Amino acid sequence: MAVKVPLAPPAAPKMSPQPISSDLEVRIRKRFPHPEGSFHLNVHFRALAGFTILFGASGAGKTTLLDCIAGLTDPDDGRIAVGGEDIYDSQRKRNVAAWKRNIGYVHQELALFPHLTAEENISYGLRKLSAAERKIRSREMLEAFRIEHLRDRRPAQISGGERQRVALARALVTEPRTLLLDEPLAALDRPTKSSLIDDLRRWNQNHRVPILFVTHNGEEVFALGDEVIILDGGKIMAQGLPHDVMRAPRLETVANLAGFENIFDASVVALHEGRGTMTCHLRSGTVELETPLVRAEVGSLLRVGIQAGDLLLATEEPRGLSARNILPGTIRRLIQRDVMIAAIVECGGTNFEAHLTLAARDVLQLKPGKSVWVVVKTHSCHLMGV
Amino acid sequence: MNWEAFWLTARLAAIVSTLLVAIGIPIAYWVTYSRWRWKFLVEAAVALPIVLPPTVLGFYVLVALGSGSPLGRWWELLTGHTLAFTFEGLVIGSLLYSLPFAVQPFAASFGAVDRTLLQASASLGHSPLQTFRRIVLPLSKAGLITGFALSFAHTLGEFGVVLMVGGNIPGVTRTLSIDIYDQVETANYSSANQTALLLLIISFLVLSIVYGLNRYGLSRSSWAVSPWR
Repeated sequence: MAVKVPLAPPAAPKMSPQPISSDLEVRIRKRFPHPEGSFHLNVHFRALAGFTILFGASGAGKTTLLDCIAGLTDPDDGRIAVGGEDIYDSQRKRNVAAWKRNIGYVHQELALFPHLTAEENISYGLRKLSAAERKIRSREMLEAFRIEHLRDRRPAQISGGERQRVALARALVTEPRTLLLDEPLAALDRPTKSSLIDDLRRWNQNHRVPILFVTHNGEEVFALGDEVIILDGGKIMAQGLPHDVMRAPRLETVANLAGFENIFDASVVALHEGRGTMTCHLRSGTVELETPLVRAEVGSLLRVGIQAGDLLLATEEPRGLSARNILPGTIRRLIQRDVMIAAIVECGGTNFEAHLTLAARDVLQLKPGKSVWVVVKTHSCHLMGV
Repeated sequence: MNWEAFWLTARLAAIVSTLLVAIGIPIAYWVTYSRWRWKFLVEAAVALPIVLPPTVLGFYVLVALGSGSPLGRWWELLTGHTLAFTFEGLVIGSLLYSLPFAVQPFAASFGAVDRTLLQASASLGHSPLQTFRRIVLPLSKAGLITGFALSFAHTLGEFGVVLMVGGNIPGVTRTLSIDIYDQVETANYSSANQTALLLLIISFLVLSIVYGLNRYGLSRSSWAVSPWR
């Protein structure tokens, strides 16, 4: 007589804890054209749900990488998997067609369909749904992105920022497994930018999918990034939290791209509406900086970015300066980079990096251990959301 | 004025240009998107009727339609009469004769559609054919109208192919251009003048509509395309 098979085979418990993975895993090589001869894109990374910033100068291979993931161009070899499913695998000769990948892609040029209205553009990707369902879903999206009033307008009849919203809504409404955004915020003014970022964040809270976000704007990295990948010459130079990666001093390319050698976590201590400034406490030590006033509340967290070239060093306490921040400190290290000196100065527990000429070092007789004053102009402090 | 010939010609041009929209779109699609290395040979073959003497084309079509060829025999078996010297034969000859006048504007306008739109459509889950129907075709309106109008006008005025394939049978294959030739042969110049003027006016009108559409009607959204690549 047959023994009754137990409902759960013993192996099952080992399998079940594996969560439904939404990760994007990419390991590809691809030769791509570049003004200075041909470059090789050679990358291997994993992007989890949430924002991953692809950061690099133009020509670093960012768009080529996105095109490979979207299936618009074929890598030379490698493997691409979304949520554990291979969509490209050169070894197993697997290459899912772009239109079957369900990967949302917002192109740099937006690529809105010029003959369709905003609503028709948005419902375009809902091919498989009934007409009634399509209408409901695209109306929801129009509402979520605050563009209902544009419903019946063609792309040529709406503004740049609005077009960007339509393009985002069109990609998001299909509930893609992965979202690729190629500089979607370029050419937007600051308020429009930050409200679009808010919209994206809100959407991402309900749809935990990997979002690859291409930019060469350092501020966007801090405004968005859970994780940042630095791409240069087709290779990944670094991957990690924006704060760690962008400050890594060994990565000169990173620092140059970001433009901010000094990036600090800070909290708002006091607002001075009258003079258009506020006081921020740098959380790594005791230093307080007077920065431009932004819309923030006392106690809120933000980041302060300062370019090393904007910092002044003085060997005696300066007087009669317009700069609001004069911080006493001690030189910890001097690093020579070609004809430039990077001075690391510790002020109340926080390290500042200042860039000087060789002549300045010699005239001021700067050396490690020497006491100096670091001068920071209020408007050299760039504030970024956390 | 030979109205019988007029209506025959109009019917021929309407049928041929309509059929050419149906035949020309798939050919133009293939010409635009194929990456076959020998594609240029096909493009050259399609363009042949532009430079070939109509009598040469007509001669080969006549041979192909005759009872000596498989096509001619098959048609005879089906209908009981040969294709040569019939209206149907005339349609087939004219289709070949006017093919490039439809395919080239079609292909030019398909090729002018921004590639990023096609990529966006693919990312939104549409197959290449669906993309073609919903994006490429609507954005190629100007090219489609141009191809239709040019092949209509071109068929209106054909002479050599008609004479070779259709002969000169009143009410069956005698078109306006043949009629003009007949009238001149019998020294009936005033009647020939009337017919010739009519053809001139119609052809000019059709071309004016094409260029007018390209210039003013559809160019606003940069969909316009010149008839020639």
